Amino acid sequence: MKKTLTSIGAVCFAMAVPFGQAFADEDADLVVNGELEITVRAPAPAHAENLDEITSGWVYRSTETQAFQLDDFENPGMIFVDSGIESWNTVEGEAGESCASCHGDAEEMAGVSATYPKWNDDAEEVRTLTMQINDCRTEQMGAEEWAYDKSDLLNMTALLASVSRGMPVNVAIDGPAAAAWEQGRDLYYTRTGLLELSCANCHEDNYGNNIRADHLSQGQINGFPTYRLKNARLNGVHSRFRGCVRDTRAETYAVGSPEFVALELYVASRGNGLDVEGPSVRN
Amino acid sequence: MADNVTPRIRVPREASAGETITIKTLISHPMESGQRKDRDGNVIPRSIINRFTCEFNGQSVIDITLEPAISTNPFLEFQAIVPESGTFEFTWYDDDGDIYTDSKEIVVS
Repeated sequence: MKKTLTSIGAVCFAMAVPFGQAFADEDADLVVNGELEITVRAPAPAHAENLDEITSGWVYRSTETQAFQLDDFENPGMIFVDSGIESWNTVEGEAGESCASCHGDAEEMAGVSATYPKWNDDAEEVRTLTMQINDCRTEQMGAEEWAYDKSDLLNMTALLASVSRGMPVNVAIDGPAAAAWEQGRDLYYTRTGLLELSCANCHEDNYGNNIRADHLSQGQINGFPTYRLKNARLNGVHSRFRGCVRDTRAETYAVGSPEFVALELYVASRGNGLDVEGPSVRN
Repeated sequence: MADNVTPRIRVPREASAGETITIKTLISHPMESGQRKDRDGNVIPRSIINRFTCEFNGQSVIDITLEPAISTNPFLEFQAIVPESGTFEFTWYDDDGDIYTDSKEIVVS
């Protein structure tokens, strides 16, 4: 999978290949709890025209980090899933309903995570799972919105991702969602910031290579929300986007902005065929 | 007091006599070190799990002192030899005086 280094804009990173570093076992397979096989490598969908194979970010992590995800007991993200189950069953708002009142067990939502972001006919907009959860809260439950990518919400998206694990991401990009998808695609290939980097410069041209001490992945989002070892909590897709854009030294779009919704749709669609893996564990 | 403290334990359901088994425990806890300050500059008081013990049929298996540098949601894994069927009792001691306990049975054949 190692690709030849291509120039990254004006960035002048040390290009020497580090040695003695614990590289990931890029051929490892992900089997959760010894039974649930998760597809971490798949043929690229036709619309990801510059990729042959798509790979989950799990593949690029060190053996030790990979191991966290093999067993739910050792996956720190599952603690947040437990909190998500609690919220799922908690009655909130004027309507006196919980998520469970309408949807039953959280397991009933298996596969839902895999199809978001998704066009919503009534609202005539592309919605992320987060937006849909908040719509449920305000419209059905009469409860307060949860802040985007904050803990209550991430616990819930982690729960919904966890029940969809092992099911392939299948985001629709045609029909009414096409316009947002195109917008997301444009954002993906647009260079931003003082460093003049686009998403593609790192995650398409240089995945498998090192960016200083970090092993670049394809930037797939099938594993979100992600428990990051660096901050010991769950991280949402938009927060991650913001971190990436900030690292190009640009003013970033806001978490939950239409731009990031479009980008999430596009990036998710690049992972069509990989299995849902959240909550995953990353650096 | 710390919120949402939930102990989790994994012990094999059965084992053969004299077998060495692996026990995993995890407790969700913020493990506030007492070194950090809030936005107004006030020290956030220390709040950690300071001691963890495991007993098997009343006999001590392990007794650990935990220190402030241990990260959030402490995960402890250790091994034990099981001579007979019985019960593992697990106890976590919180700085605020709370004690969390849980137990797991094991059948030795």
